[in-house]
Amino acid sequence: MKHLIDIKDLSTDEISQLIDVAKDIIANKEKYAKKCEGKKLATLFYEPSTRTRLSFEAAMMELGGNVLGFSSANSSSASKGESVADTVRVIGGYADIIAMRHPKEGAPFVAAMKSEVPIINAGDGGHNHPTQTLTDLLTIQCEKHRLSDLTIGICGDLKFGRTVHSLITAMSRYTNIKFVLISPNELKIPDYVKTDILEKNQIEYIETNDIEEYMSELDILYMTRVQQERFFNEDDYIRLKDYYILNKEKLEKAKKDLCIMHPLPRVNEIAVEVDDDPRACYFKQAKYGKFIRMALILKLLEIQ
Amino acid sequence: MNIDSIKNGYVIDHIEPGESFEIYNYLNLGDLDTSVAIIKNAKSNKTGKKDIIKIDENLDINLDILGYLDPKITVNKIKDGKIIEKFHPELPEKLINIVKCKNPRCITSIEQELPHICELTDKEHVVYRCKYCEEQVNR
Repeated sequence: MKHLIDIKDLSTDEISQLIDVAKDIIANKEKYAKKCEGKKLATLFYEPSTRTRLSFEAAMMELGGNVLGFSSANSSSASKGESVADTVRVIGGYADIIAMRHPKEGAPFVAAMKSEVPIINAGDGGHNHPTQTLTDLLTIQCEKHRLSDLTIGICGDLKFGRTVHSLITAMSRYTNIKFVLISPNELKIPDYVKTDILEKNQIEYIETNDIEEYMSELDILYMTRVQQERFFNEDDYIRLKDYYILNKEKLEKAKKDLCIMHPLPRVNEIAVEVDDDPRACYFKQAKYGKFIRMALILKLLEIQ
Repeated sequence: MNIDSIKNGYVIDHIEPGESFEIYNYLNLGDLDTSVAIIKNAKSNKTGKKDIIKIDENLDINLDILGYLDPKITVNKIKDGKIIEKFHPELPEKLINIVKCKNPRCITSIEQELPHICELTDKEHVVYRCKYCEEQVNR
């Protein structure tokens, strides 16, 4: 039995297979409509989420399966003090696969140690969010038709942004990848990501706080939100939340085939005027998320 | 000052002066029924001063932690009054319930019964990370 806790749990070959299945699902939806008939997905969301939870639920429904679960810790037995390990052992008796989001880092790993059914990490605090990364990889593959030879700008909260850490980890395994890391000093990428991932894999990277400085070199611009829920100090959040706002003017020097991505939800970091730009891929990206989750559910349930 | 030599047991030598009590606690030597001697500020030809711990019984003690606490320590295993083994403890690959993750966002901060597991991720720079949240942990 396989779990997905960290994007590193999947080899590049496995990722490539998932992307192929997702593309086949996009092209032949009917073929997959009954693949998970009789199977149940439990969505255990201890933290609010809109698109990830609904995307998982839509994915399972489109595969012909059913879903059950909760969408906040208050409506679960966690509010009575039940441990994550106990919860998954109980839910494992009701469902065939579990997608878990938890505000505490490492909670899905704890779940995987005790669970009798596959666990999918649907986001654990500021740590990992592997299915967002799979979504990002499918988006890049579909929009740029490659996962190598790319200059990727990542902008915003690089300190607490779990999608950022997972994306860097995943992309560092492909050839000729260069990162431009754009953030205010307070939200710079953590040292361990630099030493353990970028430098270890000899990946070229530049750190800057100027979003326009390297705009003309980028193949992908990955915008992120400054997440209020990650701050212990409200003043810091207010000071940093509107540090970057991507608008048409800032995109003037960008490549014509730039792919603008964002894990969503967006607050102010991408001006609405950018939405109509053909380079804006973030709403397509959200759609790709459902298809890659369908492919992942099939893989973890070992359904061909 | 004379401390009797031991017949069977361990001599943990070349401890950084002042660190012996910390090592005593990490090894849970206080729980032992046997004689344990802590010698502080003993003379050392190499470093001037050192601490030494002597344990007067050949117990099955997990000494891996010593490599994490101070790789310069020397462990002498004594049998019938003779040194039968002398080694510098290696850095352990894993530390279980030795150091606690201090990341307030880690699952271990709210689920107290979880073992604190740290893994060696960078031998050169002696970096241990929490198995759950991957934050670097320090003593």
